[in-house]
This record gives sequence, C-alpha cells and structure tokens, in this order.
Amino acid sequence: MIGAKMRPANRKKNSRPTKSASKSEIKRRFDMWLLQHAQAFIFSLGQYIKFPVSNLLTTAVIGISLALPASFYLLLDNVRYVSSSWDGSLQITLFLQTDVDETEASKLATSLSGKNTIDETILIKRADALSEYQKISGFAEALDTLDENPLPNVILVKPKLDGRNDTQTEDLIKELEAMPEVDSAQFDSGWIKRLLYILDIINRLIIILSTLLAVAVLLIIGNTIRLAIHNRRSEIEITKLFGGTDSFIQRPFLYSGLWYGVFGGIIAWLLITISMQLLDGPVKQLANLYSSDFELIGLGLCNSLILLGTGIALGLVGSWIAVKRHLRAIEPI
Amino acid sequence: MIRLTNVHMSYPGGNEALRNINLHIERGAMVYITGRSGAGKSTLLRLIALIDRHTRGQIIINGQNLERVRNARIPIFRRHIGFMFQDHRLLNDRTVFDNVSLPLVIAGYRHQEIRKRVQAALDKVSLLQKANSYPMALSGGEQQRVGVARAVVHRPAILLADEPTGNLDPALSWDTMKLFEQFNQVGVTVLIASHDLDMIKRMSKRIITLKMGRILTHSGTPTE
Ligand SMILES: Nc1ncnc2c1ncn2[C@@H]1O[C@H](COP(=O)(O)OP(=O)(O)OP(=O)(O)O)[C@@H](O)[C@H]1O
Ligand SMILES: [Mg+2]
Repeated sequence: MIGAKMRPANRKKNSRPTKSASKSEIKRRFDMWLLQHAQAFIFSLGQYIKFPVSNLLTTAVIGISLALPASFYLLLDNVRYVSSSWDGSLQITLFLQTDVDETEASKLATSLSGKNTIDETILIKRADALSEYQKISGFAEALDTLDENPLPNVILVKPKLDGRNDTQTEDLIKELEAMPEVDSAQFDSGWIKRLLYILDIINRLIIILSTLLAVAVLLIIGNTIRLAIHNRRSEIEITKLFGGTDSFIQRPFLYSGLWYGVFGGIIAWLLITISMQLLDGPVKQLANLYSSDFELIGLGLCNSLILLGTGIALGLVGSWIAVKRHLRAIEPI
Repeated sequence: MIRLTNVHMSYPGGNEALRNINLHIERGAMVYITGRSGAGKSTLLRLIALIDRHTRGQIIINGQNLERVRNARIPIFRRHIGFMFQDHRLLNDRTVFDNVSLPLVIAGYRHQEIRKRVQAALDKVSLLQKANSYPMALSGGEQQRVGVARAVVHRPAILLADEPTGNLDPALSWDTMKLFEQFNQVGVTVLIASHDLDMIKRMSKRIITLKMGRILTHSGTPTE
C-alpha cells in the first residue's frame, strides 16, 4: 500500500512492520469504522435538528403518506373482524314438504350433517316455529283459530363452503332441492357475498394506494437528500480532495434518510393512535346499540414495528438511490 | 518522489493543457511552477493529486504508477497529499477548528489525537485563538492560513499549493512562503504554482516555467 511508504518519518503510529501489526490493524480499522458510523449518526441527527421547520415539514409529509395506507389497512382489519361474525348467516334454509313429520325431519337433518359439504344442520320443528312466530308476530289469536299448523318443518343447513364459491353453493342447493322431502331451498347470501367482494376490492385498492404512497415517500426522501447533497456540494468536494471515500461521504446522507424514516414512522404511528382514540368512544356506543362488546382493533406491537420498519426501509432506499445518482456526479472522482 | 515521463493531458473538449512533460522532483524538494495564465500549472497539480488523469505518458509518485491506481483507491492515495487552493475553499458553516480537522476526521483519527494535531497546526499559522471563529469572520489572509493549516494537519508527504498567495499583500505572501519552507524543512515535498515571479525569485528554489503546456525552462531563474 502506498500509504505505508509515503508517510514521513515523524509519523510514529505505523512505523512498525506491517505484518506483525496486522491483528491490531484490523482492530484499529474496526474501531475507526465504528467511530465514523457514530459520527455520521450524530452528525445527521444534528443536521436534522439544525433545520427543524423544513425537516419537520418533510417528515410530516412522510408520516401522513405512511399513515394513510396503514389506517386503511386497520379499517379493513376491523371490518373483516366484524363481518367474520356474520359468516353464520351463510346458511341454506330447507323448507320440507308439509307431509314430512318431525321424526323424519330429524332423521334427515342428522343424515345431512354427515355429508362432507355440510358443516352443521339445525332442525326447527314446525311446532316450535309456530310458537316462535306467534310470539314475534303478535298474531297469536289469529293463529290460534287455525286448527292445523300451517308451517312446515325447517332445516337450517350451514354449508362447509366459502361463501363466495358460487358453483359449489349452487350445486349443493340443487342437490338439496332434488330431495323428495324438500319443498324448496332458500339461500339468501347476496348481501354478504357482495360485502366480501367489496372488501376484496378495497383490499386491492389499498395495495395500489400503498404502492403509490411508498413511491411518493421514496421520491420525497430522494429529493430531500438530493437537495442536501446539492447544498453541501463544496463540503463533498473538499472531502473528496482530502481522501474521503465514497462510503464516508454517503454515510451521513444515508443516516439522514434513516432519520426521515424513523421520524416519519413515529408521526404516522401517532396520527393513527390519536385517531383510534378519537374513534374509540363513538364506536363503543354504536356497538352497545347492537349489544356487542366490539372494540376497535389497534395497531398492536407487531403492526407498529412493521410501520416503523417500513418507514426506515423507505428512508434508507430513498436516500440510497439519491446518493448513488447524485454523489457520482460531483467532481473530482 | 515525483516523476513525469512524456506526460500529455488533454481535457475532454480536446483542449491540450500539457504536452510532453518530463519532470523529476526529489523527495523533500521545494519547487515552484510558474507560467502565464492557461500555461497548465493547475493541470499539473491536478494530475499529481489524481483529480484528473493524464491522457498519455507515465506519472510515478513515490514508486506508485498512477495509471495503476484504481478509482476506488484514489481516496487512500490522496490522504498523503495536502492541497491548498487559490480560493481557500473553506466551509463557511464550520468553525476554523472543524475546517482544519477535516482531513483527520476523514482518516478516522480519534478525538484526542485530532484536538492535539489541529491545535499544533493552528499554532503554526498563529491562529490558535481563532479556533472557534467561523471563516467569514476572518480576514483574507487569515482564511488563507486556515487553508495552510488544513493542508498540513494530516502531515502529508506531498504539499500541493495552487496560487497560495493569489490575493495576499506582499508581506503576507512572504510569510506564507516561509511557512511552506518550514514544512519543507521537516521533510515534506512541496510544489507551489504561482505567477508571483518577484517573490519566487527571492525564495531561491528550483523553478519550473510552463508555457502553453510545455516546460519552457527547467530550474534556475525563469526567462520571462
Ligand atoms: N476543466 C477543463 N476543461 C477543459 N479545459 C480546461 C479545463 N481546465 C483547464 N482547461 C484548459 O487547460 C489549459 C491549462 O489550464 P490550467 O488551469 O492548468 O492553467 P493555469 O496555468 O493554472 O492558469 P492560471 O494561472 O490562470 O490558473 C487552459 O488552456 C485551460 O483553458
Ligand atoms: Mg491555475
């Protein structure tokens, strides 16, 4: 290495023969590497604090860009959670022929529940159905005057199917309708099917939105770092002239990107957490009306870490792209 | 220490700045390079510091053939060169101390070592009491001396100075030259580009005169 030869005699440190010093040389280099990382880490934080207004504005934009898709995901999570409790509504109602009596109906129900396409069956006996109906409808006297129960036995069939799989459900309904004991089969799944499809579309939209906003964050960070490189151009030139390596020069900029990511992530987390707090009361009241003890699902530790990690990753990638593109352009090589 | 053989340098525009330069400068020498504006003085210094690469010929610095120094190795190569610029090129948002310490920070010195060396360098240019000032608060001559301190703080083997006295009064120019002489006396090879002929003559050192990219006179007193 040229360095060892070129140093004047008054430099004491490396006057020892290089071979015997190789181990301590590695340690010295590692210490130097650590030291320079620490310097860049603190320096970039100092740069951040030095221009609080512009940096806070940039960070706020990053934070909002991260918070938007994250909160939509959270919303979707909550809707999914709520709708999962409605999955029970995915059932086929079998109205049996009026001449099928209760023992036959009960036999049919058990045999149906043994089928592999059916999860569960519930038998509603005609007598129970009548008394239930009398209670609810308020037509008790009118119904009393009938000498015969007009209601058929009913079996509720819970298919072992994905509610969205049309052909499977259709097949099952056809099969059930074809049975001699069955008068008709009703499957009222339209609305929940629609909901599931809508959630699917929303999910896709959120993915698209997240991608766009991630690109936006990359552009914001990239542009901010580009400006920082531009503003510190003379410093970079001097550093190059006095032997600063590329990694030495780019390190503070990469750390700046890291800080934008970290603080952007924290702002996003705060925005979401505060919004959740604001929504919590009204949602609880609404849930009470439906006598449900539903509570909003928050970010949780795992999702918070993912949010922060996304911020950091975007910050590093954005600054890395800017550094690779713009540092090379500065003379000298 | 520095040997140039048939060196040509043309800038990308086809501008031939140096033609067929042959030159040998011994270790520990102090040499002036002079010549009119555009003669190629700066270009010569830039080639030695690998700021630009020559287009033909061979440059050997301390046994190292510059053609063989890959771009990735250039930073390490430059750490043994001190550079001084005509326009100071100090960082205005950093104190004098931070400006001077830059070469040491780049080389990864520890804090205590940096403090010691920067103070010694500032003491040498009699600016110790201005360590915490900002460059804008200094006179032109003081800024120049900060540039000198920064060029020597990492104890380079070669000191390259491009018009170091460009805008100093004669007395200050003379002081600066004497300062370079002091560094030369402790073993640093010094190359100074300057068109201040009167002063150069008084220093009675070797003088290389360039004209239109060629060496006009080698050593002795310049004829122009
Ligand atoms: N970056 C460049 N691109 C193209 N040509 C250049 C470049 N730098 C210098 N030159 C040309 O090279 C020649 C030598 O320039 P150089 O800067 O070495 O002269 P100099 O002797 O230092 O002059 P001065 O005393 O004015 O500083 C000039 O003709 C100049 O126009
Ligand atoms: Mg010049």
